[in-house]
Amino acid sequence: MEDDAPVIYGLEFQARALSAQTAETDAIRFLVGTQSLKFDNQIHIIDFDDENNIINKNVLLHQAGEIWHIGASPADKAVLTTCYNKTCDSRVVSCAAVWRMPSDWETGSHESPDDTAHNPQTLELLCHLNDSAHGNAACVLWEPMGDGKRVISLADNHALLWDLQESSTQAVVSNTATLEGKGQLKFTSGKWSPHHNCSQLATANDTAIRGWDLRTMSQIYCIENAHGQLVRDLDFNPNRQYYLASCGDDCKVKFWDVRNIQEPVKSLEEHSHWVWSVRYNHSHDQLVLTASSDSRLILSNMVSISSEPFGHLVDDEELSEGEDNHQDDKGKEPLKDSVVSTYEEHEDSVYAAEWSSADPWLFASLSYDGRLVINRVPRALKYRILL
Amino acid sequence: MDGEADETVAVGDDCVPGRRRRVHGMLKLYYGLNEEGKAAEESESLDPCDINGPHFDPELYLNKLRRECSLAELMDQETCMVKQIRSLDSDMQTLVYENYNKFISATDTIRKMKNDFKKMEDEMDCLSANMAAITEFSASISGTLQDQHTQITKLSGVHTLLRKLQFLFELPARLNKCLELQAYAQAVSSHRRARCVLQQYSHLPSFKGIQDDCHAIMDKLAQELRQKFRDGGSSAKDLSECVELLLQLDEPAEELCDKFLSHARSRLESDLQGLEAEIRPYPSAAKDASARRGCNEFVSSLCLVITSYQELFINHAQTGELLHAFVDNLAARYFSLVERRIQEEKSVGDNSLLVRALDRFHRRLQAVAKLLPGSAVPNKGTEIVIRAATERVKQYLSALQSFYMDSLTDVRQALATPRLSVAGRDAPNSLPELLSSLSASILNQIKSVLASVHLFTAKDITFSNKPYFKGEFCSQGVRESLVVSFIKFVCQSSRHFCESAGDKGGSTPPALLLLLSRLCLDYETSTISYILTLTDEQFLDQHHSPVTPVTTLCAEAKEAAQKLLNHYVKVQGLIISQMLRKSVETRDWVNTIEPRNVRAVMKRVVEDTTSIDVQVGLLYEEGVRKAHSSDSSKRTFSVYSSSRQQARYAASYTPSAPMDTNLLSNIHKLFSERIDIFSSVEFNKVSVMTGIIKISLKTFLECVRLRTFGRYGLQQIQVDCHYLQMYLWRFVSDENLVHFLLDEIVGSSAHRCLDPAPMEQSVIEVICERG
Repeated sequence: MEDDAPVIYGLEFQARALSAQTAETDAIRFLVGTQSLKFDNQIHIIDFDDENNIINKNVLLHQAGEIWHIGASPADKAVLTTCYNKTCDSRVVSCAAVWRMPSDWETGSHESPDDTAHNPQTLELLCHLNDSAHGNAACVLWEPMGDGKRVISLADNHALLWDLQESSTQAVVSNTATLEGKGQLKFTSGKWSPHHNCSQLATANDTAIRGWDLRTMSQIYCIENAHGQLVRDLDFNPNRQYYLASCGDDCKVKFWDVRNIQEPVKSLEEHSHWVWSVRYNHSHDQLVLTASSDSRLILSNMVSISSEPFGHLVDDEELSEGEDNHQDDKGKEPLKDSVVSTYEEHEDSVYAAEWSSADPWLFASLSYDGRLVINRVPRALKYRILL
Repeated sequence: MDGEADETVAVGDDCVPGRRRRVHGMLKLYYGLNEEGKAAEESESLDPCDINGPHFDPELYLNKLRRECSLAELMDQETCMVKQIRSLDSDMQTLVYENYNKFISATDTIRKMKNDFKKMEDEMDCLSANMAAITEFSASISGTLQDQHTQITKLSGVHTLLRKLQFLFELPARLNKCLELQAYAQAVSSHRRARCVLQQYSHLPSFKGIQDDCHAIMDKLAQELRQKFRDGGSSAKDLSECVELLLQLDEPAEELCDKFLSHARSRLESDLQGLEAEIRPYPSAAKDASARRGCNEFVSSLCLVITSYQELFINHAQTGELLHAFVDNLAARYFSLVERRIQEEKSVGDNSLLVRALDRFHRRLQAVAKLLPGSAVPNKGTEIVIRAATERVKQYLSALQSFYMDSLTDVRQALATPRLSVAGRDAPNSLPELLSSLSASILNQIKSVLASVHLFTAKDITFSNKPYFKGEFCSQGVRESLVVSFIKFVCQSSRHFCESAGDKGGSTPPALLLLLSRLCLDYETSTISYILTLTDEQFLDQHHSPVTPVTTLCAEAKEAAQKLLNHYVKVQGLIISQMLRKSVETRDWVNTIEPRNVRAVMKRVVEDTTSIDVQVGLLYEEGVRKAHSSDSSKRTFSVYSSSRQQARYAASYTPSAPMDTNLLSNIHKLFSERIDIFSSVEFNKVSVMTGIIKISLKTFLECVRLRTFGRYGLQQIQVDCHYLQMYLWRFVSDENLVHFLLDEIVGSSAHRCLDPAPMEQSVIEVICERG
């Protein structure tokens, strides 16, 4: 059973920001934001045609500045947020904004997909998420599975909860939380928990991971020294409400049960440099994707701490998807935690990796040199999980 | 000899002894005595011309001579012959004279003997006549004495009978007296002698009286004896005497048995209590002597009880079981005491004392074993010894472990102190010394422990030839649970250093990591096999039970060494990384001034790298590096990289082709190997340094990519990278690696630059050289 070859797409610019188009559940679509100080930055909308193994791209201009983070609205396909740097008065400022894609971005681009000179359309600014009092934005988080009305932005040592009003054209800060302590504290990353009615937030600053209650905007837990070095990224287990994955500059990926923060539940050390991104698969939380500046992407199968510890939780939809139902029952022995596969298609540091929101077996990764690689979970493993 | 006759004759006149021998030889020949083999004789004698041979034919010989010889020769032959004949004649004459004399003397002797025999015959006749007379007389004497003899025999019989009667009559009085004097033994033996007689003649009134008297007295005596017995006489000897007497008085054996044993028990128990009391007051003081004495007393009196018991009740069948139960019971209590005592023996100091004590203990029990063959006591005793031995081994293991941890603490202190005083640079000088002293002291400790444990198997120790001590103790006890466990412990604790320090950010000083890694590596290469060979030599195991092979231990040690070294690289890399990261993150690169100097942090990085290099060089070999191009410090970097950078910048300037930048760097990457940053290093200096530098530069790169630079920011990075290039290439195995990473840093910062105007290469060089 041959696995499909990875599909590679090259951007002209360097890039760090990658997101799946969260609200899109039919088409496999990713958003990539570029980083260039000299040219107009772009948002590439990457459509992947699963059947023909073809990539279609559409480019939208993002003239405000180089994109450091991108987030797609969970409710409206056309709405997204970016964090970007702009320079004014020889100072570099990080900003955040909500944008809307032009309604006809899909039309016209198919005729000449490679012609970037053909006036690409520009994103429509909905509103800024800037509050000059609160410093530089590091990332913007949408309320998971929400109606696209609430976002959180992390700016320096503040977490700002915004209400988007009047079809997102106006943003009002409804609540704030501030990280206090010695020195210049700064949030590096965060994640909005999909559990507990979306009332929890986890943030990373330096080597610590903190949990926040959004109703009171107060800290609920703090894992000091979660990693030996800087914590780079976090992700919540979509099916187990207390489980959290983190990664950082100590080359490790750690899995935490936030009810017991003394020790990680599990720790992986497969990468040979900093791990920049960790992502749980949205449906099968044993599949964990990690991206590292050692130019590798690793897909791990963490069965022992997943919500399906014995390998199957039969879902009718997914069953019909797997066509080879006749496959014999060998390989039913309990699976062990293991690295499923290491992807080495990248040649520069991989800063972002994302699962597709439409196909649970498909994921994209983005390296600094602008290379986007789309891969699939190996079929053998897929059937093992499904059957 | 005969064959040489002619020659001998020719030379022989002057040679007298030779001649004599020849004469004898001829005589012998004549009498048929031939010393030599007959075969030789026959082969010569067939020749008729041999003058000495038996087949000599004068005619033939003469003819032969006449035919073959000239006249002169014939003449010579003739004179020679004549001479020989003459000498033969004279020989004959001397022989005749010598033998004649002997004949004369022989004849004289025979004549004398004839006379003497005649005289002897007369004397013999006289003797036989006298003997006949003596026989006659003796017969008559014995005939007359016959009657008197029978009378005397009868009288003596009466006398003995009377003596016996007298004894009987005096018996009651005598018994009374004995009773008074408490000479019980004598009384009992007297009574025994009389008892049968009295029994037999008890129908006679006088005897009956005596018997009654005796019975009364003996009852009294028995009473007294029983009383004495019940009181629990002073010594075991007395007691056994009592029992013996009572037995002779037909007391019921079982009852006596019980009583005897209960007495013995009470006495032994008091012994035990004494022992217990001795153990209690001095839980740890040096009370060996007293305790041992107590043990000895107990066991010897136990032996005494057993012997006397067996002597006394030898005929009673079921009493043996009683004795077993009794001995087992007491021994169990004794053992529990001994075990308690041994458990208190915690100090590891002098093992010989314990071994000797155990030996004595075991030897005593052997005595019990000999007395009481079926008893479980000696087995239990051996078990105690075995338990004590295994316990000892465990204690030694923990002692070794704590010793190891202590010496590590010492090393840590030694590492910490000079660092404070000499500010880092000279401190590592003592590393090799520390390493050697550490490994030597550990080895010594192991050796001394082995020596102490070896006492258990010494030849003169009684239990050393038990199968346990010959086999399992050596292989499982000493080799596995002492030596192997210790080595495993060393590896494990090393690994522990890596793990615990990994999270908390380097609580272990890096120098210690380095030192431990070298220690483990040394263990892998030589020490482990040395220790194990030593152990196997001292503790030869005949049974060859499965043991951990050297190779697994070595593998474990190597793994630990590798882990430690990797961790060292990581820690040192992180220290330098941290400096670089801080320096990049805290600066405003957009609004910086034109570079005039290399930043201090870069100098610090080079300094630290140099000192790490010195430190590692003290413990690890140089290692191989790829050949340097000549003048690596300058030319390679400046020419190669600047040209590439030019291309890169040029590409950036042309807005129409933004693709080229990536293309160029991608093409470059296609041809360079992928670099694993936190990868395993080899056991040599170059590899270690390469690892550290790799980590540091990669951090630099990633940090640069997160910043935005102004024109002068870029130029500062150029200067810094050039400076690093100048100094770092010499530490690594492949200088291209440094080129590549530094290139990448400069390239990335150029990308992240708002106004990329690179500095002139010559200016960079001037600045760096000035710094």
